[in-house]
Amino acid sequence: MLKYLIFLGCVIPYRIASYEISTRRVLGKLGVEVVEMPEFNCCGLPMDPINHDLMLTLAARNLCLAEQQNLDIMTLCNGCFSSLNHVNKELKEDKKIREKVNEYLKKVGMEFKGKIEVKHLIYALTEDVGLEKIKDSVQKPLSQLNVAQHIGCHAVRPREIVGIDDPENPITLKNLIKVTGAKCLDYVDETECCGSPIIGVNAEIPLQLAREKLNHVKAAGAQALITVCPFCHMMFDINQPRIERTFKETFGIPVLHYPQLLGLAMGFSPDDLALNQLRVDATKILNFI
Amino acid sequence: MEVNFPYPKKELMVEKMVVKATEMDPKFKYEIKKMPGAEKILLCYQCGTCTSDCPIARFEDLYRPRKFIKMTQLGLKKRLLSNDVIWLCSACYTCVDHCPQNVGIAHVVRALRNLSVEEGSMPQVYRELAANILKTGYAYIIPKRRLQGREEKGLPSLPKGNLESLAKLFDLTSLSKNIERVSK
Repeated sequence: MLKYLIFLGCVIPYRIASYEISTRRVLGKLGVEVVEMPEFNCCGLPMDPINHDLMLTLAARNLCLAEQQNLDIMTLCNGCFSSLNHVNKELKEDKKIREKVNEYLKKVGMEFKGKIEVKHLIYALTEDVGLEKIKDSVQKPLSQLNVAQHIGCHAVRPREIVGIDDPENPITLKNLIKVTGAKCLDYVDETECCGSPIIGVNAEIPLQLAREKLNHVKAAGAQALITVCPFCHMMFDINQPRIERTFKETFGIPVLHYPQLLGLAMGFSPDDLALNQLRVDATKILNFI
Repeated sequence: MEVNFPYPKKELMVEKMVVKATEMDPKFKYEIKKMPGAEKILLCYQCGTCTSDCPIARFEDLYRPRKFIKMTQLGLKKRLLSNDVIWLCSACYTCVDHCPQNVGIAHVVRALRNLSVEEGSMPQVYRELAANILKTGYAYIIPKRRLQGREEKGLPSLPKGNLESLAKLFDLTSLSKNIERVSK
């Protein structure tokens, strides 16, 4: 049986519970067991701009906790995936950095050994669970539904570090969408950043980026946008009414976490998947299910 | 536009094209070169791929990664480190993937930011995030009602942060000291 240590990160429990709820539902149905982190600290990413060493150490501390449990980490957030996966690989490969980080960790009674892997939900689903098994779990194929994907930067970039999907033409999320029966439409600038990492410093740029993407998604004729990161989700869902007000445009594009889409195809009710917690009303897509 | 989040544009580097030799610190590029991810800074030949592919640069004329690299090579340390524009990189890593010289531009920007913090400036938001992590382990303070609400939704309770360890790590990596200095 597949078993992971689930790393929720900070933003999901802070304001995107619908992602967690729907993920736990679909993983349960797929027979994937998740174990809670025994202790937690931020993945480190928000500290990278101000202190790279602290980012390395915060990430490594979480990796050590997973090593103690002898379990691979599953992340739901692209940001957590970025820092934990990056640091895990770097510390495994670069002895000098490992020694430096272990010096810090020694003072808190820990040591990085390099025994586990870090996987984003989408890679765990694709590589470990397998598309066939996911397809078998689909009871109500969403064949009337046309959606667009936003995989998010940190799930695929930098190529040299993530190295799984093609950052210029990512197919992991597309394939996961296809097995639900829904059609995944192409649109302009699909791999463009949502802008959310700098919203605390400057809101104008991210809002314009997200607005442009929503325009492209709308032009492609998608009934919903599918994300796999709480930050990207906030940009397109929570901020969508704000973007509409600011630029005097209407989108009304529901933004679903991938597990919500999969959960609908599995036959879960919208309530089971916390669809009512989304900012942009998603009930209109239920007519197509 | 309703949005109104101006960040202070301290010095418009695009307008000051004349560079005085006395302003340049020839050792600066080597200082940056020593920082993780910025080792290849000297290889940049100014092709401009980073800037033309940068999503931020499309919406902000002052944000020009190619220029940051040139300024670093020239040693315009003060102009770079005191300029708020270096805080606009969203770390999407498009430039890192596309650079023909593998310069790791986003990592260089990170190095510039890290140095800027050591020199005493950082945006307020990072101070808040750091304070939150020290207080709870989480980068955001999760309201009590949401913690209680987890049970009603059938979610397991959240793991707690080891605050003693975190405080130690903040001290060891000198972040505590730097934040204190910035606050003064």
